[in-house]
Amino acid sequence: MLSYVLRRLLVAIPTLLVLIVLCFLLMHAAPGSPFNSERALPPQVLANIEAKYGLDKPLPLQLWDYLVGVVTRFDFGPSFVYRDRTVNGIIAQGFPVTLTYGTLSFLVAVLAGVSLGVTAALRQNTWIDYLAVGTSFSAQALPNFVMAPILVIIFTWKLGWLPGGGWNNGAWPYVIMPVIALSTSFMASIARITRSSMLEVLNSNFIRTAKAKGLPGRTIVWRHAMKPTMMPVVSYLGPAFVGMITGSVVIDMYFSTGGIGLFYVNSALNRDYSVMLGLTILYGALTILFNLLTDVVYAWLDPKIRY
Amino acid sequence: MTQIQTRTDRIAEATTDAAIHGRSLWRDALNRFLRNRAAVAAVIALVLVVAFVLIGPAFSRFSNEEIDWALMGDVAGQGGPSLANGHYFGLDELGRDLYARTIQATGTSLTVGIIGAAVAVIIGTLYGAFAGYVGGSTDNLMMRAVDILLAVPSMFIIILLLVMFGRSFSMLFVGIGAVSWLEMSRIVRGQTLSLRGREFIEAARAAGVSTPKIILRHIVPNLMGVVVVYATLLVPQIILTESFISFLGLGVQEPATSLGALISAGASTITFGTVWQLAFPLFFFLVTIISLFFIGDGLRDALDPKDR
Repeated sequence: MLSYVLRRLLVAIPTLLVLIVLCFLLMHAAPGSPFNSERALPPQVLANIEAKYGLDKPLPLQLWDYLVGVVTRFDFGPSFVYRDRTVNGIIAQGFPVTLTYGTLSFLVAVLAGVSLGVTAALRQNTWIDYLAVGTSFSAQALPNFVMAPILVIIFTWKLGWLPGGGWNNGAWPYVIMPVIALSTSFMASIARITRSSMLEVLNSNFIRTAKAKGLPGRTIVWRHAMKPTMMPVVSYLGPAFVGMITGSVVIDMYFSTGGIGLFYVNSALNRDYSVMLGLTILYGALTILFNLLTDVVYAWLDPKIRY
Repeated sequence: MTQIQTRTDRIAEATTDAAIHGRSLWRDALNRFLRNRAAVAAVIALVLVVAFVLIGPAFSRFSNEEIDWALMGDVAGQGGPSLANGHYFGLDELGRDLYARTIQATGTSLTVGIIGAAVAVIIGTLYGAFAGYVGGSTDNLMMRAVDILLAVPSMFIIILLLVMFGRSFSMLFVGIGAVSWLEMSRIVRGQTLSLRGREFIEAARAAGVSTPKIILRHIVPNLMGVVVVYATLLVPQIILTESFISFLGLGVQEPATSLGALISAGASTITFGTVWQLAFPLFFFLVTIISLFFIGDGLRDALDPKDR
C-alpha cells in the first residue's frame, strides 16, 4: 500500500511541474507585455518596470526563478496590476472562505447524494424511486450558475429569508445559498451513480447468499453491499471535485463571498498575469492532490487493485 | 405429403423473407430508441428548439442589435413581454429585443456545442484508435500525456487561452476542442484494444493493408456506436462549459452573445423585477440541455444492448 502511494506521488509531482511550466509558457506566449496600455509609456519607464518584475531577463531564467520561488518558498510573486497586493496575500485572504463553503458543499453533495441513491435503489420502482430519479436527472441540468440566480429569486427576493450575498465571517444564513447552489448538480450525479451501482450490487450472487443465510436487510446493505457500491462513486469524486472548484468561481462572483474566485475572474478581465497564473496553479495543484487522494481511497476499497 | 410440402414451402418463404428484411445493428438500435418515449420526446423538443433558431427570425420585428429608444428608459416598467409592441420576450437591460437576442444566443450555444463536439470527436477518435492499435511504448507515452492533461482542471486552461489570445469565437472553439478530446481518446483506445485482436483485423493485416488504412477502414467504423453515444453526451457538456465561461463574462464578446451571457445579464438585473430577462434564456438553456441528456441516454441504451 505504501509503495502504491509513493508511486502515485511520483506521478503527481511531474504532473504538477508540467502544469506550472505549461501555464507559465502560455502566459508568456501571449502577444504584448502586461504593461502595454493605450497611453504609451516612455521606453525608460517601461524598462524600469520590467526590470522590477524581472521581465527583462531571458524567458528560461524567468521560468527558473518562478519555479524556484513557487517550490521552495511557496511564493507566487506580486500582482502586476495592484501594487500593494501579492498573489500570496490574495490566497491568504480568499482561500479560507472558498475552502469553508467548498468543503461544506462537497460533504452535502456526497452525503445527500449517496443517501438519495441508496434510498431509491432499496425502494426500486416505487414512487420514491421515480421521484429521486426524476429529480436527479433534471438537477444535472442545473449547474451552479443557474441555481444561484434561481435561489436568489426565491429566498431573497420573494421570501426574504436569506441574504442575497456577502460572507459575514461565515455566519450560517450567508453560507446556505452558496452551498446549495454549488452542490445541487453534483448531488444529482452522485445519486444517479449510487442508485445504479447499488442495484447492480444487490443483484449479485454474494448478496443472494447473504439473503439465503438469513441475514437481516440492514446488515446486508451496510456490511456487504455498501463497500462495492461506493467504488464508482469514489471514482466520480475526482471529476466532482474539479467541477466544484471550477464552480466556486461563479459562487464567489455571484454571491460576493470574498473567496479567491472573484480575484481569479478580475485577474482574467484585468489581464493581471501573475495573479491568474498563481491561482490557476493553485486550482490545478488542489485537483492533482485530490485525485491522488481518491486513487488511494479507491485502492483501499477495491481488493482487485494490486499495488 | 402435400401438407409437409406446404409446410416446408412456408418455412422456406419465411426464411427468404427474413433474409430480405435483415436486422442490422443500426436498424435494431433505431427500434430500441423509438421505443424509449423520453428520448423521442427529447428529440421532438430539440427539433423545436432548432426550428425556433432557424425560423424564429422571420417573425421578429426587431434585429438583435437595435435599441428600442421609445422603451429603453423604462425597461422594468414597459419592457416586459408583449405581443402588442412586437417584443414577444420583452427587452434586455439595454433596450434590445430579447426575442431576437434569445434566438441569436441559442444559435450560438448550439453551434459551439456541435462544432466543439465534432472537433473533440475527430481528434479523440483518431488519437485513441492510433494509440490503441499501435500499442507498446507509443501507446504508453500517448496515454500518459493524456493522463497528465486530464489532471489539469480544463476550465482554467480554456480561460487562460481566451485571456491570453483574445476572446474570440475561434479561440473558444480551439480552447474547448483542445481539452474535450481527452476523455474521448481514452474511451476509444479502450475499445480499440478489444478490437485489435479480432480475426478481421488479423485478416486485414495478413492481406497487407497498411496501418493507417486498417485504423480508418476497419477500426473506426466499428467504434461508431461508442463514438455516437459519447458525442451526443459531449454536446451538452460543451454547451455547459461555454455558458459557464460566458456567465463569468470571459466568453464571446458583444454584440455576439450566448445563453450563458444572457443568463448572466438576466441574473444580475432580477432585483429590478425584470424576471423575463432571466426566464426566457433559462428556459431555452434547460430545454436544450435536458433534451440532449435524454437523447444521449436513449442512444446509450439503444446502441449498448449488453446493459439489458
